[in-house]
Amino acid sequence: MSQAIHVPTMAEMVAKGETPEVLFWVGCSGSFDDRAKKITKAIARILTHAGVKFAVLGAEESCTGDPAKRAGNEFLYQMQAMQNIMVLNGYDIKHIVTGCPHCFNIMKNEYPELGGNYEVVHHTQFINQLIKDGRLKLSDGDTFKGKRITFHDPCYLGRGNDVYEAPRAVLQQLDAELVEMRRCKKQGLCCGAGGAQMFKEAEPGNKEVNIERTEEALELKPNVIATGCPFCNTMMTDGVKNFEKEGSVDVKDIAELIAEAADLL
Amino acid sequence: MLEQIAFVLVFIAGVSLFALRIKAIRRNILLGRDLDRSDQPGARWKTMALVALGQSKMVVRPVAGLMHILIYLGFVIINIEVLEIIIDGVTGHHRIFSGLGSIYDFLIGSFEILAFGVVFSCVIFLLRRNVIRIKRFHAAEMTKWPTSDANIILVVEILLMFAFLSMNACDGLLQQALSASIAEGAEVSTQLSHYVSAGSFPVSQFLMPLYDGLSVEGLIFVERFMWWFHIVGILAFLVYVPYSKHFHIFLAFPNTYYSNLEAKGAFTNMEAVTKEVQLMMDPSADPFAAPAPDAADAPPARFGAKDANDLTWKQLMDSYSCTECGRCTSQCPANQTGKLLSPRKIMMDTRDRIEEIGKNIDQNKGEFKDDGKSLIRDFISEEELWACTSCNACVEACPVNIDPLSIIVDLRRYLIMEESKSPESITAMFNNIENNGAPWAFPASDRGNWTQEMNEA
Ligand code: SF4
Ligand code: SF4
Repeated sequence: MSQAIHVPTMAEMVAKGETPEVLFWVGCSGSFDDRAKKITKAIARILTHAGVKFAVLGAEESCTGDPAKRAGNEFLYQMQAMQNIMVLNGYDIKHIVTGCPHCFNIMKNEYPELGGNYEVVHHTQFINQLIKDGRLKLSDGDTFKGKRITFHDPCYLGRGNDVYEAPRAVLQQLDAELVEMRRCKKQGLCCGAGGAQMFKEAEPGNKEVNIERTEEALELKPNVIATGCPFCNTMMTDGVKNFEKEGSVDVKDIAELIAEAADLL
Repeated sequence: MLEQIAFVLVFIAGVSLFALRIKAIRRNILLGRDLDRSDQPGARWKTMALVALGQSKMVVRPVAGLMHILIYLGFVIINIEVLEIIIDGVTGHHRIFSGLGSIYDFLIGSFEILAFGVVFSCVIFLLRRNVIRIKRFHAAEMTKWPTSDANIILVVEILLMFAFLSMNACDGLLQQALSASIAEGAEVSTQLSHYVSAGSFPVSQFLMPLYDGLSVEGLIFVERFMWWFHIVGILAFLVYVPYSKHFHIFLAFPNTYYSNLEAKGAFTNMEAVTKEVQLMMDPSADPFAAPAPDAADAPPARFGAKDANDLTWKQLMDSYSCTECGRCTSQCPANQTGKLLSPRKIMMDTRDRIEEIGKNIDQNKGEFKDDGKSLIRDFISEEELWACTSCNACVEACPVNIDPLSIIVDLRRYLIMEESKSPESITAMFNNIENNGAPWAFPASDRGNWTQEMNEA
């Protein structure tokens, strides 16, 4: 049974005169979407378990502006960005770990020009580092022994920022068989949610992108489709349901798999 | 002498036509907006060496990639032979470099082998396009001209190589005839006396039987004909290329040099917007303050791109560098699932439109006369733009580092910021972000709810 955990906000920490090692930037999906909240909680558990002193912004966090920017609304994006930068700089934040590749990309690459300079990592990179540093140990249980896992590269983590190895290195820690889809890494196929597609109906075509992608994943007969992005997670989950495979194929974020393997859930 | 004069005239004509066309393209590219890509020269040279010279992204598809390298090497190296042809043509010599002896033999031998490689690859490429009909060569935007453009070049290359090899075959036969005459002590005509033994003919020897029956005069005629065909063909090719997708053989180099060196996920921040947002957020700013003096007479630039000349010069250079290979489109998730969007079409439309704008300027004494058209809608529809997931697959796939995504985003920026036009659900998403700081209609105060849930676990 999982334990109660207290996740402090930055405001709380400052009130106590403390500074966190890292700020956990949750993101909108991870804050509001019921499925994505499970990923957020898994990340929080991992950080707590590894003894990382972290905080969240809570109600002071606001959308990074990513969906607005990709849709072409540069005004709205910059308004959001500057507001967030004001809050982050106000707390003198130096290190950020995000639960979403879109937040990761925009804060890492697009905020600096607007005055927001932080060292930003994606949660799979952070978890990888925790394991490397020996701070995070997985229990010897064989939760994933003999299982087949395939990883779906999020566009903004992979092609967008050339992070292909960290998520795979983390998955390697599970005693499972890691299988690659035909279109993986640089050639990875999008889940269909990026560029603000998540918030609209797809244009007319002959197939949904997530169906095409799920089909490819299911060809490998995996037990788990691993994701690193709450949007990919939604798209792949819907895809698996479409093929009525939800009974045999799990769609889980890498953080959830690690939390499970470390007996944290 | 007459032959020399004719050669010089043809040569000057070819090169001038080429230069004029280059000038026009350069002008068109510079119609684009400014962009500074003068930083990091080291990294830029490296990218160019790898991607253009080393064709590192071509070999992602090994079959096409290797054959492309063969044609490319053939094209570049055989041009050393063109240098000799030009010098011969101007001076009236025959094979002026033949004094190099065994080095010359080696060079001509290698050219022949390469020429054979070029013919081989071109034949396979023609088959892939026209017999196997590989899907990416037959999409909607591959209309009549793009399709014939590709075939024309392949056929011309085969003809040029055939002329080159035939010229060598006849030359070889004539060299034999000359040696035989000398051995017999027979009289040698001045014309035949040019054909001293030089070069080696590892490939064209197999063409010799074709011309074996001809008299010495006949052979000289065919050899001269092929020589002229070859060089006039190459000059014609030179003039044709900048009107064609084959212009990539030149533009691939500058285009990769000026590649975007940032992470692909990073989009540009629009400076004009930053200024306005800063003003809005700064409570001490005076909204009625006079604009900065330097901004006084410059008309405010449009947000985003409505027409091709609202794009940057690099985006326009991209459009002229596009080889229409369709690697981008074949990797595009929207295109693969039957949507209208094709990143290749985005590039072809951009080029067609900037060409049109260029012609308009030429016809109207250097001033663009409004033709009531724009890149958006008349060329690229909103439906295409909204199908993009911004996944960067097209950018990754392009062998010459073209960035169709940046054009899509600039066109979207125009739609949103100048016309406030977006699909309804996108507008709703904007409103949610504005009001609740999240793309959904959840109150900001609920953002931390999950932490309470963890407290209670
Ligand atoms: S970025 Fe857009 S155009 Fe390019 S491959 Fe992805 S969906 Fe297609
Ligand atoms: S943009 Fe690049 S990949 Fe696409 S057709 Fe043109 S050259 Fe090929």
